[in-house]
Amino acid sequence: MKIVIAVLTVLCAASAQAATPAELLAGYRTEAAQQAAGFQPSAQRGAEFHARRFGVSAKLSSCASCHTDAPAQAGRHVVTDKSIKPLAPAANAERFTDPAKVEKWFKRNCTEVVGRECNPAEKADYIAFLTGGR
Amino acid sequence: MNKSLLLIALLPLAAYADDLRLPLNAPPAFQAECGSCHVAFPPQLLVADDWRRVMRSLDKHYGDNASLDEKTRQTLEDFHVRNAGGRKVGAGRTAPAGELPRLTQTDWFLREHREVPRADWTHAKVKTPANCAACHTRAADGSYREREIVMPNGKHRKD
Ligand code: HEC
Ligand code: HEC
Repeated sequence: MKIVIAVLTVLCAASAQAATPAELLAGYRTEAAQQAAGFQPSAQRGAEFHARRFGVSAKLSSCASCHTDAPAQAGRHVVTDKSIKPLAPAANAERFTDPAKVEKWFKRNCTEVVGRECNPAEKADYIAFLTGGR
Repeated sequence: MNKSLLLIALLPLAAYADDLRLPLNAPPAFQAECGSCHVAFPPQLLVADDWRRVMRSLDKHYGDNASLDEKTRQTLEDFHVRNAGGRKVGAGRTAPAGELPRLTQTDWFLREHREVPRADWTHAKVKTPANCAACHTRAADGSYREREIVMPNGKHRKD
């Protein structure tokens, strides 16, 4: 519990400043390891999560619905058609550098697409997938 | 605020009903938050009560989730209410029970767009009437002038 609070404090303190995808991944990983000892992020699990059709929302059924199968590409919001910049940091250096923004979008899109908030393990896997495990 | 003060406050809006430039006093969160999934809609296009409803159910937002931290939400609710439209532009048919009001369903919007063929609203490049930028090429800046309109078939409105 103490570590979780420490991680959160670091995340919040960092929110005004820039963070790196690796730092964010490390934060979620530590949190996940608190819940399941020995947790290791998996880019493969993250890729499966990205493609999974949760079927909670008819139009926003998977992450890939808007972000495409290839997250280094730009996507499109399926309802509004507005273009969405690539999720992969390799293609868009702004991604996963602002902890508050990352938390905001995880909260919104997990609730809408998955039907609940994502847990730290899922977030760690997802960033591992988007960063190619790096 | 009493009623007559409110009326005076609304007068300039009625006079410039076609001027939908985004208010200069917009908080930075307006473009950043309300312009992230679609263009930031001019707040003049709905009446204050409708904006309150929209801004109080952001977690159930027309089939998406646009939830915000409470401080930002309140700032943006205040901004929309302060710049809301009057009877002439913002008012529309009452939304069906359980649904949020749509600015694309106000009498004003339907009148301005009565010449748009039905097929254009569902055209692959448009998808939804809320996709203002599909035809109004400068909608992201809050500019809707006629000469900026390019229809989905590539035709300019008036050359
Ligand atoms: C997470 C994405 C997202 C965010 C953020 C968002 N919206 Fe939306 N909004 C949508 C979607 C999706 C629709 C539905 C479009 C449709 O059905 O044509 C929509 C529709 C609307 C409509 C109705 C448009 C119509 O059809 O008349 C209004 C008004 C609106 N949004 C206002 C806002 C405001 C104000 C904000 C900022 C507080 C905001 N939106 C932020 C996704 C979003
Ligand atoms: C399918 C294309 C299309 C879409 C999408 C669309 N419009 Fe229009 N809009 C038009 C056309 C065509 C006119 C009519 C121009 C005329 O005849 O004066 C028009 C007129 C207008 C005008 C009046 C302009 C003037 O100077 O007379 C406004 C304001 C406007 N639209 C706002 C919006 C907003 C806001 C949205 C999104 C919520 C939107 N439009 C979506 C095509 C579109």
